[in-house]
Amino acid sequence: MDTVTILLSSFILSVTGLLIFIWSLRKRLFDATSVAANVIFSPGEIGRGEDPSVSPDKREGLHKPVKGEVKPVLTAEQEAELEKELAERVEADNSSAFVTFVFLACAVVWLIVASLAGLTSSIKLHEPDWLSQYAWLTFGRIRTIHLNAVAYGWAPMAALGVANWMLPRLLKTPLVGARFAIFGAMLWNAGLIAGLGCIAAGISDGLEWLEIPWQVDLLMVAGGALVGLPLVYTLQNRKVHHLYVSIWYMGAALFWFPILFLIGNLPAIHFGVQQAAMNWWFGHNVLGLFYTPMALASVYYFLPKIIGRPIQSYNLSLLGFWTLAFFYGQVGGHHLIGGPIPGWLVTLSVVQSVMMLVPVISFSINQHMTMRGYFSKLIYSPTLRFIVLGGMMYTLSSIQGSIEALHSVNTVAHFTHFTVAHAHLGLYGFFTMVMFGAIYFVMPRVMAWEWPYPKLIAAHFWLVVVGFGIYFIGLSIGGWLQGLAMLDAARPFMDSVTVTIPYLQSRSVGGAVMTLGHLLFAIHFVAMALRQGPGRVGAALLHTRETTTSIPEDRNLAGA
Amino acid sequence: MQDELKLLGGAMVTLALATSALVVVPHIQLKSVEAPAQLKPYTAAQLRGRQVYIENGCIYCHSQQPRDRAQAPDDKRGWGRASVAADYYYDKPHLLGTMRTGPDLFNIGVRQPSADWHLGHLYQPRAYVHGSIMPSYPFLFDVKDKEEPGDRVVNLPAGYTPAGKVVVAKPDVLDLVAYLQGLDHTYPVLPAPEVKK
Repeated sequence: MDTVTILLSSFILSVTGLLIFIWSLRKRLFDATSVAANVIFSPGEIGRGEDPSVSPDKREGLHKPVKGEVKPVLTAEQEAELEKELAERVEADNSSAFVTFVFLACAVVWLIVASLAGLTSSIKLHEPDWLSQYAWLTFGRIRTIHLNAVAYGWAPMAALGVANWMLPRLLKTPLVGARFAIFGAMLWNAGLIAGLGCIAAGISDGLEWLEIPWQVDLLMVAGGALVGLPLVYTLQNRKVHHLYVSIWYMGAALFWFPILFLIGNLPAIHFGVQQAAMNWWFGHNVLGLFYTPMALASVYYFLPKIIGRPIQSYNLSLLGFWTLAFFYGQVGGHHLIGGPIPGWLVTLSVVQSVMMLVPVISFSINQHMTMRGYFSKLIYSPTLRFIVLGGMMYTLSSIQGSIEALHSVNTVAHFTHFTVAHAHLGLYGFFTMVMFGAIYFVMPRVMAWEWPYPKLIAAHFWLVVVGFGIYFIGLSIGGWLQGLAMLDAARPFMDSVTVTIPYLQSRSVGGAVMTLGHLLFAIHFVAMALRQGPGRVGAALLHTRETTTSIPEDRNLAGA
Repeated sequence: MQDELKLLGGAMVTLALATSALVVVPHIQLKSVEAPAQLKPYTAAQLRGRQVYIENGCIYCHSQQPRDRAQAPDDKRGWGRASVAADYYYDKPHLLGTMRTGPDLFNIGVRQPSADWHLGHLYQPRAYVHGSIMPSYPFLFDVKDKEEPGDRVVNLPAGYTPAGKVVVAKPDVLDLVAYLQGLDHTYPVLPAPEVKK
């Protein structure tokens, strides 16, 4: 590929992009009105925020109007209309309750497995002789079990559980084909258990992010395809005219992931350096084209829902979507800067990494503008706290990622713990925080039961925030010092190891605090699943409806 | 259905572009790369050893891709010249790695040719490198009361052999050491063939 070819193809691409943009404007894709942004609200519902995880004493605070907010006053007719829509929403929620519960319960189990594996590997980095007699616990395996349990256990189970729950609400129709998703989840989890067993036993394909043997991956491919079916069926039955932006993100992600996974796992196609390029095309796209859009879909739904206000700019959110779709897919090469792959590939990936600023900034502006004036609601809503913090971490981690892809910065950060810290900022600070928030919102609706111990939610929040703060700050400093030591030819290599030790220890401390938070979360989840606690049966968020025949009397419908 | 088509069509086009750029074009471009004349294919023992390297996740701390001296002092550390695509001709799967918690190993066979050193270092890294955080791999060795015929006894520095015992290497670790000893990419190469100016 010579320079002329690259310039020419980028020119053709730009012109094509411009034409598509003009076409989409003519097709009113960038509609000036924000009708589509209101799809998630029933008529008259705007101004009535909702958070099922709020404890009764905080509820009043959440509903206090903020400065400049006008609470709608509805006529009796409109009230009746709203009642009807809410009843339908309860039905939609019922259709997804079981499948959502299955996915989220699996997610919580994998979260605990992954936390323990991660903590073990972290400790092993500064206590290298600890538990070294067991082959399956050697750093190279337990670290890989940690990664795979997060990447194919906690993250997709949480994201798909929340997605299955959002689908009927976004399309205003009951979920169709939930049983396929449940069967898919069973296959997927069977595959993952087998895969982790393989890694523990030393059977591995040897590629980072793609360690699970491809024969086992077949189970996960089949499972993943089944999980996608409800999306297709429910879309066909949709009762809304506009597709809300969350559907764009989820829909694309659910189609992207199987393709990525399939191409990444094709046996006997990839070779040598080309395989390395493919490896990072896959590795970064799992983050960029699956976890990120799934979490963004959740932010775009839950944030407006909780504060009772549509997102500031629907157009901006679509711009964010399409630029993410275009730029994010091509950033993988920045993992191989200075490596033996073709130079044009690295250049392309660095350019697209920097271009990622466009979707990130459009999201950040949108989130900030939507929240402006409403930040006081953070005091009352635990869900909102997780989601807003997660959104901010998205901005931070993406901007950090763009900077890290620059040649000069990458020269220091590459091959060091700095990159590990960055990866956790994205997948933990952003993705996992958003999922925690979403689960706190979703579960009371799924179980028709309130979170039994609201104090545990606060404890969970502060433990993971403090734990992750220690983790990230320490490891970033340690990684940077490691990189500088490695670049100084006058210093022996061992300097780059010893300089990191205190930071690796601080990472174990942070990780332990995070794990403690996860354990509290898991205990709380189990307590809720068993319907334990003081037995408060949901008070109304919006208002209390009379129970209907299809639903037992003790269930909470209101504010569905 | 127009929205769905737009969504699906657009999403597939962007992914196809990314896949072409990062998977298909490199595939076409690098397929014609041939093995350098001085690069020997792996022996059976080395291939088995490579598998042990994969099994135990050595890749998560050791890269196999020295950078150019214009970017980093990798050659000054004895890690070798910048690697090129052809160096990986026999590598399936690739083991480029992304971490240097430990040093780059692309030319470890030249730096540390001694099997004794490797065996002992795998048994207890801290016996050789003070402050090393590399895991020890006791499960790759047998600790016996006395040597039997055919055993490869590991010669450890004083004080590291369990009292009254001998440490014997298992076949896996012997293969691994054969692989590490064979990692030698010091032969000269022309600049990367894909760079046409």
